[in-house]
Amino acid sequence: MILKTKLFGHTYEFKSLREVMAKANEEKSGDKLAGIAAESAEERVAAKVVLSHITLEELRNNPAVPYEEDEVTRIIQDDVNDTIYNEFKNMTVAQFREWILDIRTDGAMISRASRGITSEIVAAVCKLMSNLDLIYAAKKIRVTAHCNTTIGLPGTFSSRLQPNHTTDDIKGVMASAMEGFSLGCGDAVLGLNPVDDTVENVSRILKNFDEFKNKWEIPTQISVLAHVTTQMEAIDKFNAPVDLMFQSIAGSQKGNEAFGITTRMLQEGRDLMLKRGTSTGPNVMYFETGQGSELSSEAHNGWDQVTMEARCYGLAKRYQPYLVNTVVGFIGPEYLYDSKQIIRAGLEDHFMGKLTGIPMGCDACYTNHMKADQNDVENLAALLVAAGCNYVMGVPQGDDCMLMYQCTGYHEAAALRETFGLRPIREFDLWLEKMGFSENGKLTPLAGDASVFLKK
Amino acid sequence: MVNEIDLRGIIEQVLKEMNLSDSSASEIIKEAQTRISAATVIEDGCLPDVTEVDIRKQYLVENPVNRDAYYELKQYAPCRLGIGKAGARYKTDPSLQFRAAHSAAQDAVFSDVDQSFIDNMGFFTVQTLCDSKDIYLTRPDLGKKLNEEGIKTVLEKCRKNPTVQIYVSDGLSSAAVAANVADVLPGIMQGLKSYGIDVGTPFFCKYGRVGAMDHISELTGATVTCVLIGERPGLITAQSMSAYIAYKATVGMPEARRTVVSNIHKEGTIPAEAGAHISEIIKTILENKASGTDLKL
Repeated sequence: MILKTKLFGHTYEFKSLREVMAKANEEKSGDKLAGIAAESAEERVAAKVVLSHITLEELRNNPAVPYEEDEVTRIIQDDVNDTIYNEFKNMTVAQFREWILDIRTDGAMISRASRGITSEIVAAVCKLMSNLDLIYAAKKIRVTAHCNTTIGLPGTFSSRLQPNHTTDDIKGVMASAMEGFSLGCGDAVLGLNPVDDTVENVSRILKNFDEFKNKWEIPTQISVLAHVTTQMEAIDKFNAPVDLMFQSIAGSQKGNEAFGITTRMLQEGRDLMLKRGTSTGPNVMYFETGQGSELSSEAHNGWDQVTMEARCYGLAKRYQPYLVNTVVGFIGPEYLYDSKQIIRAGLEDHFMGKLTGIPMGCDACYTNHMKADQNDVENLAALLVAAGCNYVMGVPQGDDCMLMYQCTGYHEAAALRETFGLRPIREFDLWLEKMGFSENGKLTPLAGDASVFLKK
Repeated sequence: MVNEIDLRGIIEQVLKEMNLSDSSASEIIKEAQTRISAATVIEDGCLPDVTEVDIRKQYLVENPVNRDAYYELKQYAPCRLGIGKAGARYKTDPSLQFRAAHSAAQDAVFSDVDQSFIDNMGFFTVQTLCDSKDIYLTRPDLGKKLNEEGIKTVLEKCRKNPTVQIYVSDGLSSAAVAANVADVLPGIMQGLKSYGIDVGTPFFCKYGRVGAMDHISELTGATVTCVLIGERPGLITAQSMSAYIAYKATVGMPEARRTVVSNIHKEGTIPAEAGAHISEIIKTILENKASGTDLKL
């Protein structure tokens, strides 16, 4: 492993692979906040040069957190297929990058490689990719999953209907859900972030969702994004109908502790879903992630936010999720400063998720103290569709009144589908036609009229 | 811009110089006038303020199947519903309303509190280790400590060991400070006075995070420290302010030791009433010698 190179005659020497990985990142305010970012544009390139010569074996042997100390590392390492790993371990990151991009390498070959690599390898190759590389490579990789319907099939693009409400008022929540469905939103999931994370409240909302889904025969899945233990108790105590069990996850054991979870809880959650969940499966889990969450809980172990994010995906893969999405601009400007950094992170996360082998979506979003606006998330959403992203979010006009941030709106999925010639998940598409909301993949004049659901 | 009368004069002048007959000249003038007036007449009047639209009452769906039922249902949601569509995109009015709300939020974050406001309130200003808004936004650690000069100023100008030290900070919304402090602060002062609790010298802290109150508490030696600080703006309001209050705050203490009164704005906790409420909380904190989760309110 050589950690030294020259650029314009100037020598750059790095002390560790960790330093190389951090400095090889595109500029991110979070890496600066952590004090690990490249100190100049030239140093950044020098780190990329050094990284390009590192082998995949060296990356596997240097996990961000030691195996003995961290259960996330153990899951990632233990899940590696050694036969496949042995085929790739002598490649450098540069060679691996070119192998992924090669015309002779198709999606199935990359998906096979996914089983033989660790999250640090995924992150490393991401750091050598330009934005269009990330789109081009991710586009090759299809990861489908089945809950009640199949997400991620070629020719489809989906959305989560997110009818969040400041007080969880069920009438208000359903008013929002109706408008979302009428615009073709919600084939990925009808999923609410509750204000009140109590078992009673979560069960109540799930029952309302289930009733609505059954009454209108909507081919989709439902979820209330409470803490995993709350959802488990809701199933146990109140027989709450859960199609997808949700949890926010981090890329280290310490980061997960900050979320109040352990990998054992995630396993128990999945086991309970397979036993008592309402959906067909086998993919019954839903995870959210986002660059910077480990640093914010001082659980990054000195590593950069791209690597820690990749480790979230390595962890997620263990539980065969139906949905995984990065919430890319939620955390604030101290981690992702502006629209340039959000767009980069969105493309990185989507690519890394796909390369890890999980069905990836993205919450393209921003807060009001970031230098970003609605045009930027619309740009990112369009780039993600070009990259073959499974789904984005939908909230009323992009304004989430409960989480106080902005993301993609109810109208966006339909507009993106029409622009790129894509359809919702097949069963959902047929349902939209049956309801009169769409015809041949285009919204009808009736679309957007939520009062259809209130017809006497 | 040239007005119509001036223009007519100019055209007449030009035509005269060209020696055209009166009748053909007047025809040309007429023709030119029609074109010009169609393009450039500025009328009196003012378009309605898009930020005054009540989004609960706005219902833009064309020919809804059951207007009344959905209109009634959407009253239960504070979000942007019943907005219709233009193709698979937004209608123009709601998209302009959205842009207006976001512009207010951005301005609240990225602009500074007016110096005249600070002067009118009789505050002096201290600054944290942040030199600019950009550093403030990206380095939360630096927004929690006063700079050298700030430390000196606080030590010089603030009364030592007051029972209560109150100060104001921009936080993430200058608009929140401008909109609420003049109503809230006198309310607190009056309330504390009626309880016979003495208050130190109030001031303004630029580029302050909530945690700066711990540093300030150590400098003044106050028993209770209270900061009035701008919250991160949402699209519903950019003017929301919070009061964070802590008993004997020290640098590095757990966040859970702060008591917070949030959502102070004209459609949340009313500013005029917030003052009395905060002074009552301060009194309780002093009586119990505890704040945050240590205190059962």
